This record gives sequence, C-alpha cells and structure tokens, in this order.
Amino acid sequence: MDGHLLEVKGLSITFTQYERGLRRVSLPVIRDLGVTVDRGEMVAVIGSSGSGKSLLAHAVMGILPYNASAEGEIRYQGEILTEKRKKALRGRELVLVPQSVSYLDPLMRVGEQVKNGRKGRKWEEACRRVLGSYGLGPETESLYPFQLSGGMTRRVLISTAVMENPRLVIADEPTPGLHPEAAKRVLGHFREMTEAGAGVLLITHDLNLALQTADRVVVLYAGTAVEETDSRAFCREETLYHPYTRALYRAMPEHGFKSEPGSQPYVKELPSGCPYRPRCAMAGPECAGPVPLRKTDRGWVRCVRKEGEA
Amino acid sequence: MENAKWIGMQLLRMAVLLAAVTVTVFVLLSLSPIDPLTTNVGQTALGSMSGEQVERLKEYWGVGTPAAARFLGWARDFLRGDMGISLLYRRPVAQVIGERFFNSVWLMIWAWLLSGFMGFGLGILAGRKRGGTADRLVTGYCLLTASTPAFWIAMVLLMIFAVWLKWLPIGLAVPIGTAADEVGLGDRIYHMILPALALSLTGISSVALHTREKLAAVMESDYVLFARARGESERSILVRHGLKNIALPAMTLQFASVSEIFGGSVLVEQVFSYPGLGQAAVTAGLGSDVPLLMGITVITAAVVFGGNTAANILYGLIDPRMRKGRKKG
Ligand SMILES: Nc1ncnc2c1ncn2[C@@H]1O[C@H](COP(=O)(O)OP(=O)(O)OP(=O)(O)O)[C@@H](O)[C@H]1O
Ligand SMILES: [Mg+2]
Repeated sequence: MDGHLLEVKGLSITFTQYERGLRRVSLPVIRDLGVTVDRGEMVAVIGSSGSGKSLLAHAVMGILPYNASAEGEIRYQGEILTEKRKKALRGRELVLVPQSVSYLDPLMRVGEQVKNGRKGRKWEEACRRVLGSYGLGPETESLYPFQLSGGMTRRVLISTAVMENPRLVIADEPTPGLHPEAAKRVLGHFREMTEAGAGVLLITHDLNLALQTADRVVVLYAGTAVEETDSRAFCREETLYHPYTRALYRAMPEHGFKSEPGSQPYVKELPSGCPYRPRCAMAGPECAGPVPLRKTDRGWVRCVRKEGEA
Repeated sequence: MENAKWIGMQLLRMAVLLAAVTVTVFVLLSLSPIDPLTTNVGQTALGSMSGEQVERLKEYWGVGTPAAARFLGWARDFLRGDMGISLLYRRPVAQVIGERFFNSVWLMIWAWLLSGFMGFGLGILAGRKRGGTADRLVTGYCLLTASTPAFWIAMVLLMIFAVWLKWLPIGLAVPIGTAADEVGLGDRIYHMILPALALSLTGISSVALHTREKLAAVMESDYVLFARARGESERSILVRHGLKNIALPAMTLQFASVSEIFGGSVLVEQVFSYPGLGQAAVTAGLGSDVPLLMGITVITAAVVFGGNTAANILYGLIDPRMRKGRKKG
C-alpha cells in the first residue's frame, strides 16, 4: 500500500542504560510497531501509561533522547523520513502537541513561545486569534508557564500546533486537565484539520475519547501494537480480536467497568512472545513463541488465537 | 515597602554575621599559642630589656589584658568608626587596609572576571553536546585544574613565566624601587597578570563544570526537545533557550565565588609576595596584630556577604518565578 501520509513499519526503540557495576542493559521499550495515518484521517493510539506512546511520537519527530536507538522504517508521503527531512519538515508540515508543561521554556513568556520567535503584526494577530479561540485572553501572552493552570497549559500547547499549517499533527495526550467541553472543542479543531486534508495521530489513554473522534484505533500494550481496528469495531466485543482489546472494552463504564487483574509488565520483566500472555485467560504454550501479525476484516491483530478459539 | 523590609533584613543579617565572625576571630586569636612578644620583638631583645620596658611592650601587644575586655574595647572603637592602629605597621588600620584593599581588589576583580567569562565560555562549549570532543577536552582540563590547589598552580606559573621565560615579574605589585606616583597602569597590570591568572584558574574550572552541567541538562530538557520538534536550529536553541536558562545559576555561582577568590588570594598573594589583603592577613595573624586582623576580617566578611547578597538580588530581579513570587507573597 502506497501513498500513506505517515507510515511507521517495524519500529523498535531500545534504550541503553548502565546499571550498578557498569553493566550495560538494553531496554527494548518498543518492539516491531506499525501505524499508518492517511490524509484526512484521525488515528488514535491508545495504551496505558508506560506503553511507549510518547516515544512513538518522539521517534516520528526525530527527538528521541540520546541514549535511545530506533530501528525500522518511517515514511512520510511515501518517502523515508530521514533525519534531514525531519529537520526540514518539523515545525512546519509536521507538528507535535507535547504532553506536559515541561515542554514549555520556564523562562519565556507564553506569547513568545506560541509565536516561536517570529516577529511582526501578522504573527501577533495570529497568536492572539489562536489563543482567543481556546478562550485565552491577550493577557495570557505575557504570562510565564509557571503561572498557567493545567488546563491553560494544555490549551497553550495546542495553540503552538494550530499556529502552523500542518499536514500531520501528532498530539500527545492533548486533553487531560480540560473540562469535557474544552476537550470536545480541541478534538473538534483536530477534526477540522483532517477535513482540510491533514492527518492526525492522536495519542491518548482515554478510549472513550478516542472512539468519539478517531477513525481508526491502534492498541499498544507494553511497547507492542496488539491490534489495529476501526472505531466502530468497539460497538461489540465480538468484532474485537485481541484479548487485551477486549479487556479494554469490558473496562469501559458502559460495558460493566470490569478491570482485569494484574498490570502491564515493565520492560525489564517482559515475557517472551506476546507481552499480554501472563494476564491472558486464553494463553497457551504457543503464545511464548513469535507472534505474527494476522489480517482481520477491520485491520490486523497480533495474536495466535483465531476468533472463536479458546 | 516590601523592598525596604527586605533591605532591613539583609542589613540585620550582615550585622549578625559580622558580630559572629569578629567574635570567632577574637576567640581563635586568644587561643593562639603564638606569644606576640617573642615573635615580634625576639627572645634575645626581650632578655636584654629592663622589666619596665617589657611591661610597656606587654601592654602594647595586649598581653595580660583579658580577651573579653580587649574585644569590647576594640568593638567600642570600631563602632565609633575607629579601626585602631596596626601594631606591626604602626599606622592606622584603615590606612593599611586601604592600600592593601586596593591592590587586592584590583587583582581579584581581574581574576573574578577572567574566571567568570572563561568558565562560562568553556562551560557552554562543553555543555552544548554532552560527550562531544569539546566536552571531553574541557572536562578533562577542568578536573585537572579543579583538583590542583591554587598556590601550587601559582608556583608552577611563577617558575615557567617568571623564572624560566622571564616574561613576567616574580612578585610584588609594582617594580622595586619606584616611587608610588611614578608607577603607571602598565606596571600594575604587568605585575598582576600572573597572580590573577593563578587565582582565576581554579575558579574557571568550577564555573565551567557547573555551566556545563546546567547547559547539558537544559539541552536534554523537554522544552529543548520541543523547540527542536518545532524546527528551531541548534544555534537558535542555544541562544533563545539555553543561555537564558543557565544565566541565572551561572550568575549566582559567580557572585558566590567571591568568597573562593578571597580564600585563594591569601595563598596566591603569599606566593607572589603581592602586597594585598591576603598577605596582610597572614602577616597579622602570625604576628598577633589584633587590630589589623580584625579590620581585615570585617572587610572581607562584608565583601563576601555583599557578593552573596548581589547574587540573591540579581536572581530575584531576573527570574520571573522569584520576581512574581515575591510580589505575590
Ligand atoms: N530516557 C529513558 N530512558 C529509559 N527508559 C525510558 C526513557 N524514556 C522512557 N522510557 C521508558 O519507555 C517506556 C515508554 O515511555 P513513554 O513515555 O513512551 O510512555 P507513555 O506511553 O507515553 O506513557 P504516559 O501515558 O505515562 O505518557 C516506559 O516504560 C519508560 O519507562
Ligand atoms: Mg507519554
């Protein structure tokens, strides 16, 4: 399949760390991850804390920390996204909405950061307009990040992206801290961008929110993408194929709020094969081996079980 | 109103500090095993004197008077603005300190500026990219000099540049045998190069290492990542985000380093026979010249305190978090 706006294939991210006694350890935090985003499409990546969502975003933007190494292929508009291309595109066609206030310079006023150093009437007006559209008055421009509330920070971070004219937006948890009304408006803005032809990769741990606005959903578990499907598949449990996706479904408030016992393993204690194996009710010995990707009617799933098998 | 209160507090703190420091020095002096008479007059000379003469000398050097009484006497005069007469130099302490202070300050300002700017520059070079070639060179150099005492560096410099190469003078602040009013600025600078260099070297490494650490942390911070993600060039990142965020800690460190420079100057002045405050302090301490030592102590403490206060004030003026915080609070 050609012509995806963004195509991530076989992405693996490994951290190198030194432990006590100068022992070198490799932490494979993301393994063999694939995601695509098309023009005019919003794809949600969902996963719990620590599943590697931010790292995926950072890998695409080319801002992984120095002790991380990435393998795999990232294509943008069909061509490999090299470091050089990333440098040329980011901030213009390729924008990131970062996750927290720490991504704002603590000693720089908000207006200055939204304008990103650009001077002139045009940018001042644009800045005022964009902040205004999120209910932030002109006085916000002269505030420092430490003077912002959580919700205000979120809106400032989103404003930095909206100031540009992006083709691809990667939004890392853009909504926590916003009241539902504001969260809807933010997602509405992203929706408008997709209607204008841009692609949005929405990173979130809020399944409900993802299902309300995204076209497709990729489920991440402990650094592995376990299933990709369309949002409507979440209407019924039977149309979901991975046991973890089903567990997420059952944990939704309208489906009984049932949470599975256990928790996502930390990278150091990762089992071989399927990372969900220790918690999976259907796990068998074959789950410990390599788990290939299998096509489904709505996307793909990474599970050795066929539907109906138990 | 707020500011007046703050200044009042600072003055009060300074007064308390000075009181504590002077008392400490006095106690230490009175515990000192050095007998001022034997040291300054000499055993033989004392032996040949009449009892009356010895008594007079004893009175002059304050032997026999209880320390507390001497301290109170000194403090009373000091508060009236009289720093007393130096016992060794037989001149008013204020005068001796005045000359020495000028020499020292001249030396220390240069050393201070040199270590500040060089340290900051090297720190930026190193911290831009942790683990890079520049970083390894600068860190190596810094670790080497930071672990070397200032007086040792002073002696090495002295050997190389004054003894072997004969480029620079061996010591003193002015050429020997020249009248004070004939000494030009050139002479002063010429005599000051080596001591200032020696004094600044260890300072450079501590400023550089701190700056490097801070800058490296900033360059790995989330907000620099985000700046990169927004297409800012490395250069612009360094200027717009890096420098601003390390300027504050660097400035504080620089003002706080006044005390280190003062400490270092005592030894460096000794090595270069540089007639500054540090050297006078050593002479006064060894010779039990109580008024002079007390005078130097007070001045030194005041300057160091001033450096630290300046750091605080600057921090409050520049850092918006502190500035707004104080307005609110
Ligand atoms: N610099 C680093 N060095 C080592 N491990 C790291 C580093 N950064 C992240 N990790 C690890 O990588 C994993 C994924 O981190 P990531 O920030 O992508 O999680 P996330 O899915 O975004 O979580 P959250 O929802 O909390 O933001 C975590 O287990 C984390 O401990
Ligand atoms: Mg994250």
